[in-house]
Parts: sequence; C-alpha cells; structure tokens
Amino acid sequence: MPPLKDIATQIRRDIVRMVHGAASGHPGGSLGCTDYFTALYFKVMHHNPQFNMDATNEDVFVLSNGHISPVYYSTLARAGYFDIKELATFRKLDSRLQGHPATHEHLPGIRIASGSLGQGMSVAIGAALTKKLNGEKTVVYSLHGDGELDEGQNWEAIMFAAHHKVDNLISTVDWNGQQIDGPTNKVMNLLDLGAKFDAFGWEVIRLEKGNDVDAVVAALEKAKTFVGKGKPIAILMTTAMGAGVDFMQGSHEWHGIAPNDEQLAKALAQLPETLGDY
Amino acid sequence: MLKEIQPTGQKDTRSGFGDGIAEAARKNPNIVALTADLAGSLKLNQFIKEFPERFVQCGIAEANMIGIAAGLTIGGKIPYTTTFANFSTGRVYDQIRQSVAYSGKNVKICASHAGLTLGEDGATHQILEDIGMMKMLPGMTVIVPCDYNQTKAATLAIADYQGPVYLRFGRPVWPIFTKVEDFVIGKAQVFSEGTDVSIFACGHMVWKAIEAGVILQEKGISVEVINIHTIKPFDTEAVLKSITKTRCAVTVEEHNIIGGLGDSVAQVAARHLPIPIEYIGTNDTFGESGTPTQLLKKYGLDTPYIVAAAEKVMKRK
Repeated sequence: MPPLKDIATQIRRDIVRMVHGAASGHPGGSLGCTDYFTALYFKVMHHNPQFNMDATNEDVFVLSNGHISPVYYSTLARAGYFDIKELATFRKLDSRLQGHPATHEHLPGIRIASGSLGQGMSVAIGAALTKKLNGEKTVVYSLHGDGELDEGQNWEAIMFAAHHKVDNLISTVDWNGQQIDGPTNKVMNLLDLGAKFDAFGWEVIRLEKGNDVDAVVAALEKAKTFVGKGKPIAILMTTAMGAGVDFMQGSHEWHGIAPNDEQLAKALAQLPETLGDY
Repeated sequence: MLKEIQPTGQKDTRSGFGDGIAEAARKNPNIVALTADLAGSLKLNQFIKEFPERFVQCGIAEANMIGIAAGLTIGGKIPYTTTFANFSTGRVYDQIRQSVAYSGKNVKICASHAGLTLGEDGATHQILEDIGMMKMLPGMTVIVPCDYNQTKAATLAIADYQGPVYLRFGRPVWPIFTKVEDFVIGKAQVFSEGTDVSIFACGHMVWKAIEAGVILQEKGISVEVINIHTIKPFDTEAVLKSITKTRCAVTVEEHNIIGGLGDSVAQVAARHLPIPIEYIGTNDTFGESGTPTQLLKKYGLDTPYIVAAAEKVMKRK
C-alpha cells in the first residue's frame, strides 16, 4: 500500500477535481477531514470493500456531516468499494454519487443517508447496539461537524450513549471552528467542548493535529484502547477547513463553493498526482 | 346484515399492540422495542418482562430514538419505536424522512394515542395530520387498524414485512369485532356488500361506520362498509370494485379530511371513476379537551353524521 500521506494527497486532488467538475459541492470540510478518512479506511478500521449492508463482523462508519461527501466518495473509491472513474459523476444526473450520501442508489460503502444535520450519532449508536446484541467485538466510528453540534439531537444521543454504556462507539468531531455563516464562536459558541463531553460521561481524547495523518492514526488507536471500558469515546479533532490548498485553508468561505478553472489549476499545483487521477 | 356483527369484547387498540409485539418477539429474535419514556402507555410491560435485553429506553428524546432505530437495522434488527402518534411523526418528520424512509430502513414506527379519541389531553397530543405526513413519504407503508385484534394482527404482520411502516392506533377502550386471521396488509376488509353507497373507514371509525351501516340498512339502503386499514399501499382495486357498483362514497376517519383516507379515495375516484364523495373527519382544525364521545360528536365524526353523509351523497349521484 502507498504511504498514507500519498493517499491523502490523491484524495485531496480528487476532492477539488470532483467539486470543480460538478461546479458545486463542499471542498472546505472535505479537505479538512481527508487525513481522518485516510487514517480510518487505510489503517485503523476493519472493513470489507466487498460491501455488505449488514456489516457482519466488520466495523461500521457513519458520516453525520454528509455535505463532505467528496472526501467520503474518493476514500471509498480509492479503498476499492467502486471504480474511481465513477468519481467523475459526482452530483450529476443518474449518478450514485449524490450531492449528499445516500443508500437509495445503492452506492457501495454507504449505509445511511446524511445531509440533514445532527442525525448520524443516533444512527451510529443504533449500529453499535446491534453489534452488542449480536455478540460482536467490532467498533462503530462516526464523524460529526462542529457546527453540526448546534442540533439538539446530538445531545440526546450523547446523553443516551453514556447512560447505556455504548462503549463500542468512537465519535469524532471535526473541530475546525467554522460554519456556514462564520466562525463557530460567532455563530454559536461551543465553549469548552471537551468539558461538555466529559460532563456527559464520555471518554474524551483531544487530537490537536487533525491534519497530520500519523497523529490521526495514533488518536484512533488510542481510542480503540478504551473500547469495552464502559464509556463512549469522543475524539475532538482540530483541523483546518480546506487543509492542503493554501487559498482555501482556514476560512469558512470555501465551505460550499467550487473552484473555477484558474483556482483548480492553482490547487492541483499544490497536490501532486500520487496514485493516478480518475 | 351488519347488525349481525356483534362485539366479542372491548379493549384498547394499544393493548393489541402490546400483546402483538410480545408474541412477535417470541417468534423473531431480531425484534427490538424502543420507547421514549412511554413504555407503560404503549403496553410494553410483557415484552420488557420477557425480553429485557431487547428493550431500549431512550428517555424523552424521540429524534434520537428514530435515529437509533435506523442504526439498529444495520446488522438485521427489526426495531419497533413506540410513543404517542404526535411525537412519532410531526416531532421527528425529518429524522423519519432521511434516516428511515430515504435510507430504506426496516423500522416500524408504532404510534398510540392518535386522533380525537385521545380525549382530555387536548390538541397538543391529538394529532390529526399524521396519516397525511406519513403517506407522503416515498416507500412508507401506513396501517390504521380498527380494533384490538386487528392491531395485534398488524403488529405481528409487519415483522415479516420488509420496509418502513407507520402503524397508528389509539388510547380508548373500543369494541372488538374483527378476527386476527382476517388481516392482510394492503387488502381492504369488506363488512357488507351493497349497491347504493360505499362507506370507507379506518381505525376507530370503522365501528362507527358499521353502526351507521346498521341504521342505513334498517332504512332499506344497500350499503357497503369497507375497512381501509392500509392507507398505503392503497387497495385501489377494492375501492374501484365498490364504487363501480354504488357510484358514490362516504369516507370516515379520525383525521383531518385534508391528507387522509378521504384524499386517497378521492384520488382513485378522480383518476378512474369520478363520483360524488362526502368526507367525515376533522375539517382543517385542531381538537380540544373532552371525552372521546363528546369530541366525536362535537367534530362531526359520530354515527348520525355518517348516516346523514350517506343519505346526502346518494342524492348527489
């Protein structure tokens, strides 16, 4: 397998090309979470690209912030769930790569629709409960935006997971500090998120370098050591929105817009083709 | 004759659900019951006693409950969510839409205390829009059984039926007049055949339709009383067969006449065989506190209104 950094670079290339090709989509959060997806799918998670909806005896991943579908689709294709050529159909008519992830078109790798925010943690808990009922030792991973935590359903789920000792769940928050209308501390301040998860009864891991793929692997591996210890596990992952493309990095401005031809060229010049373009 | 249909007893439909889910769980180890702090009201006591490990208490957090149910299906569980109809639908519409219906998950949304017959709690809890909301969702099956036996039958049947289901039942003690074995998802139940007027009803109102039918038969009117317990998929064939003979219809439901059973009947008629229809249901209004009997009278859902509607619609032919 190529080095994780090379995989991440190619996924970033795919993201900007897909969003440019569709002339729409969400590059900012996708680029910020690329190292997480790379670490999860190419190192940490036990999963089978011969897709099976029931995920029997394999780990499950649930994406709650569905708008970062470009990074999800590129990761799944690069991991062997479907042909990378299909990435060119992103957001186009009759595609399985819908604007937001869906099971409706039967894209391998997707187990739940997301896009309307705040629902993924509940789904991940349900999948984790099924693992327990079926006597499996497998793990459920979920990813959430930080702005998404404004949605109250998350806090219902966070309360539930601790109360019911859902200790086979590792939920990661992409803490990039940005949401559509601006910085999270202006729109709706999360204050001390770690203290909140802690007060709700979760094991909390802080990951300061969410755009260092080795650091992400280390945090996820550390999280796995807490599985089965009676508490759900949260990773608060600091990332930069738009990481890897200098003019997109660190701003909410690139949450949901596509680069033009000139911007695409500028972005690709920073992201060498490591595994071959789709 | 309709007067030969006599109740074999009286029970609440929610007890039919409670007895049904316990029996279904004995047969199928994948059934899981969830509740949002209403296990007692939904009569889950027996289920919890026999299968404590398959019971999930969510607290007063319905949105989370629906999401957890969707997740439970990954790996083959058959989750039944339980709370009042209002909190089963309007409160969690988007969760049902995205995580259950659009995602094609095998979740059974089981909703008690629907309609006016909830009674004294008043309009905050008397949902009259839920059938409409649920039937609009692509892929959603909507079932409104009429008595204890039929609710039990439906609770058992949906375990073996792949896909999301909305099962609507209620609070009051109500006559039992059907047999468990007579229920088939999607197949209308004919109580009487006739040529003058068709009465299509669902839920508690089926008994009221039978009462009205008795009066109409005594007046010499040839009436068809048909229970449309499955609102979706709709038994178009049964409705067409009936109105082809009678050429007019009354629809009866404990629901807003906008969006409910009446609309489904009217759509079939408009497409295939335009006929006059009279609608019995609430007329674009909220309910209020009162006893079930008082409320059905005040909102025009009681037996005499059905009789009057039948006589009126026959004159419009």
